[in-house]
Amino acid sequence: MHSDSYIYKFMILITLISSLVLSFAYTSLKTIQDLNVVVDKQKNVLKSLGINSSSMNSEEIQQKYLDTVKEIVVDINGDIVETINHIDLILKEDGKTGESIYKANDTRYLPIYKSSDSYVIPISGKGLWSTLFGFFALELDMNTVKGITFFKHKETPGLGGEVDKEWFQDNFKGKKIFNDLGVLVGIDILKGITVDDINEDKRIHSVDGISGATVTSVGLKNFLLSDLNLYKNFIENVKKQ
Amino acid sequence: MSSNYNKILRDPLVDNNPITMQVLGICSALAVTVKVEYSIVMTIAVMFVLSISNLTVSLIRSFIPSKVRIIVMMCIIATLATLADEFLKAYMYDVSKQLSVFIGLIITNCIVMGRAEAFAMSNKPFPAFLDGLSNALGYGIILILVSIFREIFGSGTLLGFSVIPLSVYDGGYINNGLMLLAPGAFIVLGLIIWVQRTFTNFEEDA
Repeated sequence: MHSDSYIYKFMILITLISSLVLSFAYTSLKTIQDLNVVVDKQKNVLKSLGINSSSMNSEEIQQKYLDTVKEIVVDINGDIVETINHIDLILKEDGKTGESIYKANDTRYLPIYKSSDSYVIPISGKGLWSTLFGFFALELDMNTVKGITFFKHKETPGLGGEVDKEWFQDNFKGKKIFNDLGVLVGIDILKGITVDDINEDKRIHSVDGISGATVTSVGLKNFLLSDLNLYKNFIENVKKQ
Repeated sequence: MSSNYNKILRDPLVDNNPITMQVLGICSALAVTVKVEYSIVMTIAVMFVLSISNLTVSLIRSFIPSKVRIIVMMCIIATLATLADEFLKAYMYDVSKQLSVFIGLIITNCIVMGRAEAFAMSNKPFPAFLDGLSNALGYGIILILVSIFREIFGSGTLLGFSVIPLSVYDGGYINNGLMLLAPGAFIVLGLIIWVQRTFTNFEEDA
């Protein structure tokens, strides 16, 4: 039998070795892991713009992103703030709604990604199990949808997880977020019926839903509209120009 | 001695397969088998964790106080599983995003703990290493087998390539959504166990 003091010494030694190994691995891999997260985000901004980067390596994606996308920051009134960059913004997730709140110096700002032919805004909100994070791209008329992507969620694969799929995301392309009266209506996600079943004037604001994923669809529809409302001042500003 | 190594290597692959015979490690077998690619990565990660944890436990087995041996094993396994997770995050980011918590959950995979306690604690380092490797392989074979069925019938692809011709879809065929969910994996796994036990005339100990 081992004495108690032997057991204490042994356990301290084992935990010490484990933590040394782990902290060494963690610190030495940190840079490349952080880079992966950044590149993944860039990849998804590009994807919402309709640029497929799946065959590009990490350097090519970063280069393409630098060439294509300009990061801008606006305040909640929709005015461009030159003094603050994306990197200064600290992201906090609203635990209840899943809304992303970006702050710098305790003031709320909104990040925007601009390319030569569109504006991309980050969207996020609750689905069924998790918060979905994605990007939503609008054409320069600030009305026509250019694309939508999701880069992080934990919805059920095959049901809510279908938001990842091309067939679903492609449905958004070309849809309009404002109706004829100029009211921001967002994009409706239909349940139980398809786009062909509804009035012609509504088709342009609606996409087919995902069968078996009602909660994800409703969540997406709602947070998309509320995120668009958040950027509404900016959208109106661009439209006026 | 070499026939002994042979037995250590071969036994867990079929005759004493950890999943189909001992029915261990089912949780992860259900979770990660949506696509063949994930199964392969999971297999490699488990091979790493299981063989190295067996090796380490066996190397220090005479120093481990028996009162706290489970905690010591847990500590070693947790370290290795976290290492595997960090490596995937750094070098296979897309796959690690998909496998998310399941690499970390290798810690709770009963196969790893089971082999450390049942084999590594009472055997020399090299056989223990081999035992870890072959048990992980036995686990992986079933994982990959299940995922082949699930990916073909659930998504119509194999390793990401379409395998079901478009003409079949035009004829009214649709992918089976059940295969993408855990119950689909349960059914496939059950069928595999049934087939194997029928062929080997396996009888459950009363």
